[in-house]
Amino acid sequence: MGRFEGGAFRPRRSVELRGVSIPHKKETAQQQTTYMPLPKQIILPMQQHVGVACEPQVKRRAHVDVGTLVGHTEAFMSEDIFSPVSGTVKDVRAIHYSSGKSDMAVVIEPDGEQTVDEAIAPPEVTDYMSLIEAVKHSGIVGLGGAGFPTWLKMDTDLANIDSWLVNGAECEPYLSSDYREMVERPQTILAGIKACLDYSGVPRSLICIEDNKPQAIELLRSMAADDDRIDVFVLPARYPQGASRVILRNVTGRSVPRGGHLTDVGALLFNVTTMSEIGRFLQDGMPLTKRRITVMGDVVERPQNLEVFIGTPIGEILDYCGLTDEPRRVVIGGPMMGSTQVEMDSPIVRQNSGLLAFGESAAVVPQTTACIKCSACIDNCPMRLAPIDIQKAYRRDDVAALDRLMADLCVECGTCSYVCPAKQPLAQSVRLARAYLRAEQRKARGRA
Amino acid sequence: MQVPKKPLVLLAAPQITTPVTTQSIMRDVLIALVPALICSVAYFGLPALSVVLTAVASCMGFEWLWCNLRKIPHTVYDLSAAVTGMLLAFNLPSTIPLYMVVIGSFVAIVLAKELFGGIGRNFANPAIVGRIFLAVAFPVAMTTFVAPQLALSSVDVLSSATPLASGAYAHTPVELLMGTHMGVLGETSAIAILIGCAYLLVRRVITWHVPVAYTGTVALLSLLAGKDPVAQALSGGLLLGAVFMATDYTTTPATKRGKLVFAVGCGLITCLIRFWGNLNEGVAYSILFMNLLVPYIDALTPNTPVGGEGRRRARREKAHE
Repeated sequence: MGRFEGGAFRPRRSVELRGVSIPHKKETAQQQTTYMPLPKQIILPMQQHVGVACEPQVKRRAHVDVGTLVGHTEAFMSEDIFSPVSGTVKDVRAIHYSSGKSDMAVVIEPDGEQTVDEAIAPPEVTDYMSLIEAVKHSGIVGLGGAGFPTWLKMDTDLANIDSWLVNGAECEPYLSSDYREMVERPQTILAGIKACLDYSGVPRSLICIEDNKPQAIELLRSMAADDDRIDVFVLPARYPQGASRVILRNVTGRSVPRGGHLTDVGALLFNVTTMSEIGRFLQDGMPLTKRRITVMGDVVERPQNLEVFIGTPIGEILDYCGLTDEPRRVVIGGPMMGSTQVEMDSPIVRQNSGLLAFGESAAVVPQTTACIKCSACIDNCPMRLAPIDIQKAYRRDDVAALDRLMADLCVECGTCSYVCPAKQPLAQSVRLARAYLRAEQRKARGRA
Repeated sequence: MQVPKKPLVLLAAPQITTPVTTQSIMRDVLIALVPALICSVAYFGLPALSVVLTAVASCMGFEWLWCNLRKIPHTVYDLSAAVTGMLLAFNLPSTIPLYMVVIGSFVAIVLAKELFGGIGRNFANPAIVGRIFLAVAFPVAMTTFVAPQLALSSVDVLSSATPLASGAYAHTPVELLMGTHMGVLGETSAIAILIGCAYLLVRRVITWHVPVAYTGTVALLSLLAGKDPVAQALSGGLLLGAVFMATDYTTTPATKRGKLVFAVGCGLITCLIRFWGNLNEGVAYSILFMNLLVPYIDALTPNTPVGGEGRRRARREKAHE
């Protein structure tokens, strides 16, 4: 049970970090998941996770099957990438992201046969180490958007862990793909949780869901009733309840110290779809090759929750869902944390959970005016940081002030920019400040 | 997929923002001031209206002129100058000559606000600086009050203001305590100010911290000093100051804790001036004085980040290494 024994684990009656209320647009929530047909091409970037990029394991004109290993590296912090289709490798080329970064990508042309790789078989799991080993070869990363290799998260000192939290908050105001997972595949979610608890010996798991998803709460609660290790924790439907440190604080009352991880304070947190994919992988042994994304936006003709092959170009997805007008702002991810795309052949990668397309009205950028010190950013920051002060310190290059303001604790939820009446680019500044502070800290450590 | 005709925009997250803008906040403040405006016109008649209109027009005019002269983007449309004008007018008696109002507006907008960098950069509340300047420069004109009277009560609309007036006066024997204090425009009706306060709270323009802590401190200290706490809390410019001027974003602390410190300090100084000072009224001076302390309050009352709780301990350990 570790060092948090003695009643430290008690679900809170009212949550401590409230967050802000952002109008939800979850019209897609009540629609059954639809399945996208095979796209014309699959583009598999070699970096679909936090850590070291994979190296392409296939050459041009090679044949791949569903589940064939495409990307792999011997580096420690990484996760393998598998082909979601059977077909021919057309190219192994550079790919450029809208962030300015670039990467290698394997381009596959599907042959339509969808023959499964012979090596695919359910993994043999006997203990926790073999579970980690299995997940390591599953292609599963943090599917809520973080993309942290899941096996690496599991590979921790279990002695301290007393709670295995499952994140079904889905606080991004437009997305509903995790909700569909909970409603459509509760049994694989629970299978995943049970396997993790069985092999790890962690005594308790809580599925954390925002109170705007009563159907999912009820369903999972009733299905988990026979296992007293598993329960559902209801969070308020406010942003960003799904941020890992917010969930941790609200559910357990603990906070992660600077530079630390959740495991330092006795908790593991997996996205609900990640957990479900673990459950499914243990049954059929098929690596992660598909995922559900919410496709919506004011120019999308048929908003829906769509299961796509990983690597499908966003242009083909938007064609499939239909466009009523010329898109001007296309976002992969949710409206709060997602990133705008400039190329229609950018692929959906495994940690993406949404694709939004907005028309002309969204191309107008609100004008930044002078900060009036209303303190909305300070009052609403879930980590209780002072974004405006961090922005000022960053602009005057003040590393000591950034350290005092603890810019490194930012979780990049974007709340500060959202609430700012002066439309200051706070989230962007804090993100830059955080990277700057971390680099300076590394430099300082190097000198010491 | 066709390549879109116009390039896709590239922007940092978040992709959506709140519809609240500086202008919408200032508009809300102006709306919250309307009940008090109605009351003051009801009590003091058209002279009150002309003072308000002069102040608002000259404040906005000076801001417009300043931006034109400096060739900087116009900030008139954010309505902050209109709020300053309204608040300045509410701090003046209805009998004041209008040229003084224009001078006060000049001091408020140009000297107190624009010279320090405009909206968001002034260290003191412009309306309060304008008021104090006028009080020092024209002490007689600034204290020539006329008794509030419903001179225009024959008009139907205004007769509905009578309950408000009786409400305010039935509870405030302050006229008897402070004979000269007949009140400036915005000080007369507590209920009108409280309606405005409720509106600002509902619209989340302000939080309860400053108004409650400020009036609460004054009431508590009055009780300790043996004065009538209700009369003290409802009298003079206290409510106007606590709701509209001590809640000014730019010149008050950032965190809720800081705001509480600020408000308690305002209450303390107000009571010191009222009970033992030479002046009858201390709200403006107390807020101005606390405005000067805001950087220090801000430095001493930061929020503790989640995960930064062990900051002191970590620092000690670091020093130990």
